[in-house]
Amino acid sequence: MAVGKEIRTQIGSIKNTQKITSAMEMVAASKMRKAQQRMEATRPYADKMRQVISHLAKAHPEYRHTFMIERDVSRIGYIIISSDRGLCGGLNSNLFRKLVREMKKQQEADIGLDFCTIGGKASGFFKRFGGNVIGNAVHLGDAPRIEDLIGTVKVMLDAYKEGKVDRVCIAYNRFVNTMTQEPTIEQLAPIVATEEDERRHPWDYIYEPDAKVVLEGLLVRYIESQVYQGVVENAACEQSARMIAMKAATDNAGELIDELQLIYNKARQAAITQEISEIVSGAAAIGG
Amino acid sequence: MAMTVHVDIVSAEGALFSGLAEMVFAPAEMGEVGIAPRHAPLVTRMKPGEVRVDLGAGKDPVDIFISGGILEVQPDLVTILADTAVRAEDLDEAAALEAKQEAEKAMKDRASEFEYAKAQSELAEAVAQLRTIQKIRERSSKH
Repeated sequence: MAVGKEIRTQIGSIKNTQKITSAMEMVAASKMRKAQQRMEATRPYADKMRQVISHLAKAHPEYRHTFMIERDVSRIGYIIISSDRGLCGGLNSNLFRKLVREMKKQQEADIGLDFCTIGGKASGFFKRFGGNVIGNAVHLGDAPRIEDLIGTVKVMLDAYKEGKVDRVCIAYNRFVNTMTQEPTIEQLAPIVATEEDERRHPWDYIYEPDAKVVLEGLLVRYIESQVYQGVVENAACEQSARMIAMKAATDNAGELIDELQLIYNKARQAAITQEISEIVSGAAAIGG
Repeated sequence: MAMTVHVDIVSAEGALFSGLAEMVFAPAEMGEVGIAPRHAPLVTRMKPGEVRVDLGAGKDPVDIFISGGILEVQPDLVTILADTAVRAEDLDEAAALEAKQEAEKAMKDRASEFEYAKAQSELAEAVAQLRTIQKIRERSSKH
């Protein structure tokens, strides 16, 4: 029974694929929990940092650091955070699509673009389509460390300080919940003040040892912490997107198997019926 | 009751302390500082050392070791942003160089102009694929 065998082999191979996707789903689920915990743990630092920076943006400092001064924009630097691996649904594609749309706008306004890529998918993306990539970091693993990002961030900040780029933005997937990841593009430098209660009088900090040194250290750490937070959120997004994608794949495989099983059963039944009718008609011919 | 000030101590790896205190001692770069409530606004870098949070009479003070960071003081708020990574100018420089080389390696013989049309069409294709899969699923789940 040639047809039956073919279908059986197909069912077998789909079953194997299903085993892999369901294993990946479970791995992603457990990694997702850890990635989420990591994200929760690093959030207070990023939030406090943002709060301090927003105080700073409202102070009236005598010394203004380059990161606090708006310039005319002729070139923008993007730090793009992606996952290292694929098989996570539309996670990276959605981010790149949003990014390309924005890049197109900048290009029409005659603004130059530089990129720092974090994660294998982003560097692969620019490798395919070109673009001036000035920094790259890949293979961050499941537990990204801030040390791995310092270099990439510094390349971009140096470009900003030297006036090669006039604005630094970050693109990453923001974790909303397990089902929803939101591609986000935010401005890092010059710093933006967030809305908060206004303190009435013009005031300034006491800086020790002096404003330049302190602000330099603070602002660099601010940007690093925001990038790190982006990386950690993106990692949580990656795992949950993969979990959902693999769950869908496992379900699809199940449906396919059911359908094929039905076809197989029908074919087998048809073959049996045919054999019986052959025997019966043969017997009838002899008997008659 | 004595005056208190809200203190937050956070590092990149998590929150270390959050609560009201009567006094905070921190290893600022110019020497140890003691911060009482209603202190003038201050920002300073910190050396590696111990932060001591005085919670008031009858309660044990909280000691936390930090490896440097930033101290921000507002009259009603003290924020300590502790470092986790070891920082030094030449270390950072080396890391930056590495990132640049990594970029050059990855982008070898690449056009330096971004190909919008190509990127957009490929991304549209990827999204369309995903959408089709979703549609097939929706249809098959109906019957």
